[in-house]
Amino acid sequence: MNRPIRVLIAKPGLDGHDRGAKVIARALRDAGMEVIYTGLRQTPEQIVAAAVQEDVDVVGMSLLSGAHNYLFPKVVELLREQGVNDVLILGGGIIPEEDIPGLKEAGIDEIFTPGTPISKMIEFIKNNLKR
Amino acid sequence: MLMKWDGDLMPYSQLIEKMLAGDKRACARLISAVENDPDAAEKIMRQIHPYTGKAHIVGITGPPGAGKSTLTDKIVKKLIKEGKKVGVIAVDPTSPYSGGSILGDRIRMQDLALSPEVFIRSMGTRGHLGGLSKHTRNALKVLDAAGYDYIIIETVGVGQSEVDIVKVADTVVMVMVPGLGDDIQSIKAGIMEIGDIFAINKSDLFGADRTALEVNMMLDLNPDTDRRPPVVKVVAVKNEGIDDLIKEIKDHLSYLKESGKLEERRKNNIKEDLVELIEEELRKIVLTRTEDKNRLDDEVIEIYNKNKNAYEVRDDLMRRLSW
Ligand SMILES: Nc1nc2c(ncn2[C@@H]2O[C@H](COP(=O)(O)OP(=O)(O)OP(=O)(O)O)[C@@H](O)[C@H]2O)c(=O)[nH]1
Ligand SMILES: [Mg+2]
Repeated sequence: MNRPIRVLIAKPGLDGHDRGAKVIARALRDAGMEVIYTGLRQTPEQIVAAAVQEDVDVVGMSLLSGAHNYLFPKVVELLREQGVNDVLILGGGIIPEEDIPGLKEAGIDEIFTPGTPISKMIEFIKNNLKR
Repeated sequence: MLMKWDGDLMPYSQLIEKMLAGDKRACARLISAVENDPDAAEKIMRQIHPYTGKAHIVGITGPPGAGKSTLTDKIVKKLIKEGKKVGVIAVDPTSPYSGGSILGDRIRMQDLALSPEVFIRSMGTRGHLGGLSKHTRNALKVLDAAGYDYIIIETVGVGQSEVDIVKVADTVVMVMVPGLGDDIQSIKAGIMEIGDIFAINKSDLFGADRTALEVNMMLDLNPDTDRRPPVVKVVAVKNEGIDDLIKEIKDHLSYLKESGKLEERRKNNIKEDLVELIEEELRKIVLTRTEDKNRLDDEVIEIYNKNKNAYEVRDDLMRRLSW
């Protein structure tokens, strides 16, 4: 039985821009995925609750405000608390190169910085799903 | 992009047990299973049937952007204040080109994500013309079994989905907005029979009185109903008129119960589902049993060559199939 990949696209943090997130959402839809878009200023708790109820395969977070070192790992931690270990977790936005190893250490599966073609992200998702 | 659905490692009976005990993750998994895998759906439906039929299922439909999600958010907030548990299924169209979709209704319901009494699920129509597939109906049953007192199902009211919603919802709230203009005329034929309650949203905008008037006039023109649907003006973004709307929703359920229509509607739905199941099974039997021996193709040639007609082939096949 075939099914579309389900992706939650969330904007944690306080910055008020979601144009980038919307561009990604459309690209993933055009790649045949079901994209659940939850809007701006999501807390890690809200993101995790949505990920659980929507039973997604991928959680993608985009952040411009610089709080990624706190917010991304927090989402991973809350997911683990709920026993969710089979969701691919992706981060994007303005993230300094030197922060990436720490984020991966914390359980973020991949970080996409500005300029990465979306096709690369789509490839990554297709090749790294955990279920 | 499609991927294989492997089902869950945890057996369904165990998931069902957890779901019945209130576990949201189990509930979410079961919904995925019934959505993706017909065999899983059958197993699950067999087991949860005794627990279904308790929820009040409310359809919220109307044109794109009418404020259906905002309205749903406000209704749910009031209902949980009364101590009710509420499930929401928000259906958005799937792109016919890519098979993907953007499901954005949660944006208007952000505060509800953390409510223990609320479960929200977004669904794509996945190519089902009417918008509400059997998968959607099965997902409703999972939420029903999970003990949600109300289940709100949001659909975009374009074309066939308006008709579909009547089949699954006990109460249909048709959301209208000022400025639809000629649209009211064009959807008139469809909506008169479908709306149990008419909500004029965005009543803060110019033209709301006129829209309410027009809807009222159309409803008065429709003589052959024993219940004249009420028209309620609401401003979802300002939380205005929601109490009135909820009262009408509850009154409608009382009406359905007292008039015997609830039982009648639900029995009708059961019958339709049952006929559908039998049809599916018959189709399977005919195809598998005849195709093995290439019989069907041989018969097609016979019919093509005018040696036989389709009706005698049918009768012949039915006689040969051993049940
Ligand atoms: N002025 C006004 N705007 C409203 C009201 N209710 C909702 N809106 C706005 O209408 C827009 C669409 O609202 P949604 O709740 O997303 O509408 P919807 O019907 O769910 O939209 P789709 O699911 O995309 O069809 C948003 O910008 C809302 O803020 C209202 O009562 N008054
Ligand atoms: Mg909506």
